[in-house]
Amino acid sequence: MAAENKNARVIVVGGGLAGLAACVRLAEQGVSVDCFSIVPVKRSHSVCAQGGINATNEIARQQGFSEWMHMDETLFGGDFLADQPPVYEMTHWAPRIIDLLDRMGVPFNRTPEGQRDLRLFGGSLFKRTHFSGATTGQQLMYALDEQVRRYEAEGKVAKYESWEFLWPITRGEGAERRCVGIVAQDLRTMQIRAFPAEAVIMATGGCGLIFGKSTNSVMCTGGAAARCYQAGAWYANGEMIQVHPTAIPGADKCRLMSESARGEGGRVWVPAKKGDTRDPRQIPENERYYLLEERYPKYGNLVPRDIASREIFSVCVDDHMGVDGRNQVYLDLSFKDRDELDRKLGGILEIYEKFAGEDPHDVPMKIFPAVHYTMGGLWTTFTPQERPADPRQDLNCGRDTVTGMKFGAANTMMTNITGLYAFGECNFAYHGATRLGANALLSCIFDGLFSGQGVVNYVRTEAEPVENVHQSLYDEAVQQEHFKTQRLIETAEAGHNDPATNPYQIALEMGDEMTAACTVVKTGPRMEQAMTRLRELQDRYQNVRLADGGMWTNQNLSFTRALGDMLILAEAILQGSINREESRGSHYRPDFPDRDDQRFHKTTIAKFNAKTGRPDFDYRDVVTGLVKLRPRDYGKTSSEPKKSKEPATV
Amino acid sequence: MTTATDTRTRTIKIKIKRCDGPGKPAYWQTFSVPVKRGEGANVISCLQYIAANPITDGGVATTPVAWKSGCLEEVCGACTMVINGKVRQSCSCLMDSACPNEGDTLTLEPMRKFPVIRDLFVDRTRLFESLKRVKAWVPIDNLWEQGAGPKETPDEQQTRYKLSECMSCGCCMDACPQFHQIADSAKWQTAFIGAAPISQVRYFNLHKTGATLKADRLSEMASQGGVSDCGNAQNCVKHCPKSIPLTESIAAVGRATTIHAIKQFFTGK
Repeated sequence: MAAENKNARVIVVGGGLAGLAACVRLAEQGVSVDCFSIVPVKRSHSVCAQGGINATNEIARQQGFSEWMHMDETLFGGDFLADQPPVYEMTHWAPRIIDLLDRMGVPFNRTPEGQRDLRLFGGSLFKRTHFSGATTGQQLMYALDEQVRRYEAEGKVAKYESWEFLWPITRGEGAERRCVGIVAQDLRTMQIRAFPAEAVIMATGGCGLIFGKSTNSVMCTGGAAARCYQAGAWYANGEMIQVHPTAIPGADKCRLMSESARGEGGRVWVPAKKGDTRDPRQIPENERYYLLEERYPKYGNLVPRDIASREIFSVCVDDHMGVDGRNQVYLDLSFKDRDELDRKLGGILEIYEKFAGEDPHDVPMKIFPAVHYTMGGLWTTFTPQERPADPRQDLNCGRDTVTGMKFGAANTMMTNITGLYAFGECNFAYHGATRLGANALLSCIFDGLFSGQGVVNYVRTEAEPVENVHQSLYDEAVQQEHFKTQRLIETAEAGHNDPATNPYQIALEMGDEMTAACTVVKTGPRMEQAMTRLRELQDRYQNVRLADGGMWTNQNLSFTRALGDMLILAEAILQGSINREESRGSHYRPDFPDRDDQRFHKTTIAKFNAKTGRPDFDYRDVVTGLVKLRPRDYGKTSSEPKKSKEPATV
Repeated sequence: MTTATDTRTRTIKIKIKRCDGPGKPAYWQTFSVPVKRGEGANVISCLQYIAANPITDGGVATTPVAWKSGCLEEVCGACTMVINGKVRQSCSCLMDSACPNEGDTLTLEPMRKFPVIRDLFVDRTRLFESLKRVKAWVPIDNLWEQGAGPKETPDEQQTRYKLSECMSCGCCMDACPQFHQIADSAKWQTAFIGAAPISQVRYFNLHKTGATLKADRLSEMASQGGVSDCGNAQNCVKHCPKSIPLTESIAAVGRATTIHAIKQFFTGK
């Protein structure tokens, strides 16, 4: 081990919850941080998270809940695809994270006595979700943004906002390969530069834009993760994409209607009589079909998202019972007390009213599922640590020892490339085959605070100081990116809108095809067809043309570059879905309707093959040892979709 | 499907004030955009159409229009611009109400108080710098486990929550007659700070740990460019997309600043 490096620098790519939490941890520990973000960090996609953040508290404990149960729900919700020790550690750290956010000043909703209030969320029968109105993500983001600003004012964090990550810089081969910096581009001046660092943390979120319209923000292309994948980082469980059951379809995106709407009592229904076009307020209770409550009496409207999405999809697409004959169902809060709704859900009700033009205090909302979250992501590792079970946190776990992660281990959430880490949504580690509601904010902040300590230790004691890296390595990396940029810029022709080679048209077709073939319901033949289409789109991309050849704030270039990366990542997602011949969590294959633990209780690992330009696949056993696998049905009453109560008349 | 959509489709005009870069002259271009009724078309979907079809109404081949956007649901503040003369977020500007008829025109301009980078994309660095000026953070000791933060009543939480919804969009500054565009960042420190950061002073002073920096914040508010530069035009509160009670915040911070200044006068601290 070398002498401690006191001048170590870490690059954090992404300024959402995971990136900012990492900045805070690193800066507090005296490590210099350079934070890169396409948007000003305060405008990162984490602000869109609404419902809350899960953590056990004392009341839940007294009611028989515990961190162990939070872990169990998370593993069960994810259909056991997540490695178990990271989930153990995350759920057991959760209460500390809430306390810390509370100290940072997050305005969590309060009980009359002044305690932090809790709400019910999907996949649990206990209240364990802390919240701040219905804009919890925004509120947590702001608290971390404020702390980072404080470190920025003290000169401990440097922000590079409006800079785009282009490529990780590495040296060495195979197991010796280390990440020693990045190439990035200023999206205003278009300057391309290399930035050396002892370690790089990717905290770049999900890839919803591959599916066209999703609940994601416009920068969630997955481009940054896709670049790391092309540079040799493994991409795990790509096929696990979450479709959120309740969103408002729009022309530019699908706007999320938080699960907290159901957590606070919201009910999903359709008219029991097909073709019933009456005003929903005129439809009496006994002529409504509360599909989730009838099919899942135990969890009701709070079944996990993949299940709710499938049921809504099936009622609309298979049974043709959607409201007004369209693909939409009611999400009803109109029977609730107006003031309480405003205090707890004001933020989302305002969004519905602004974008749908109706007041959800008075009428049921019309919603439909939309692509929402990327459970898969860059493959990462960890150091397990066995310890005695804690009688409080591990209540009724029935064992003497448990296995979590070792705090401060240098490889915590490190990719297969030494010194390159993945935190937050772009990390595959915590959510398995479905993420439970209100666990995303938790996993992002947990990565920053917990896994961030591993990075501190890595750069201090294990990483080779970047002064030892020859400048030519950085110069070559910049040259490479200049070359790629130039290739695109040279295609430019003002006014270009030929659909065949227009990047926006190719993106549109990719999104439509991926949504149709690879979301709620996936079948082998349909996905093979989509693969043929995807290859055609990849071919068309080879001749893509820009409409802007300028070198000043060229957004056309940035979009088109990301499109190329999306087309490559889409293939890993699609091929991973074709290969996984089973149904597990969000990955539902009617042609293989059962979970097949024998063949597929394994992590999918896609490795980009630079020679073929396609993924090679490898499968690794999931790390278990804490919880035994069991069937995941959430007490469904019947596998047959229930038919309307009265015969169809229209 | 195609025949049915014909009756629902109309063509509207989007007139955009463009600029190729700092120091370059502004110019106007108009684009025709087909819009379907009842599909939630908004300014963003129109700009996306123009990006894919960068040809003006007069048939001139041009470059795609540059603009910023993020969440598209009015919580990130990125897509703020001046629409038909009024500053607001463009994502929540729906075409079915803004341009209901065939041939209706919508005018888009960049925000007026921040320097234009290109077209509708402006540089709001000053806004974030002003948050440093008022120490807009809670000065916690460290990240180690130390139990919960201070308790608060539901009423206190509701007051703080409302103030914390500020997404730093800059509408209050754009609409304010006392807030001017300043290119030289060295002069930001003494220029009028605007409503949003003043409201943040109130927000952080309401938190028990945040209030440990109360004196610093109020001293900043008492200095040049602080709360006394407010001309009470009340445009800020009218333009805030989140209905944050900005004028209440200004009044509260104004009173606190006066008390702070008197205390300073007598104690010499």
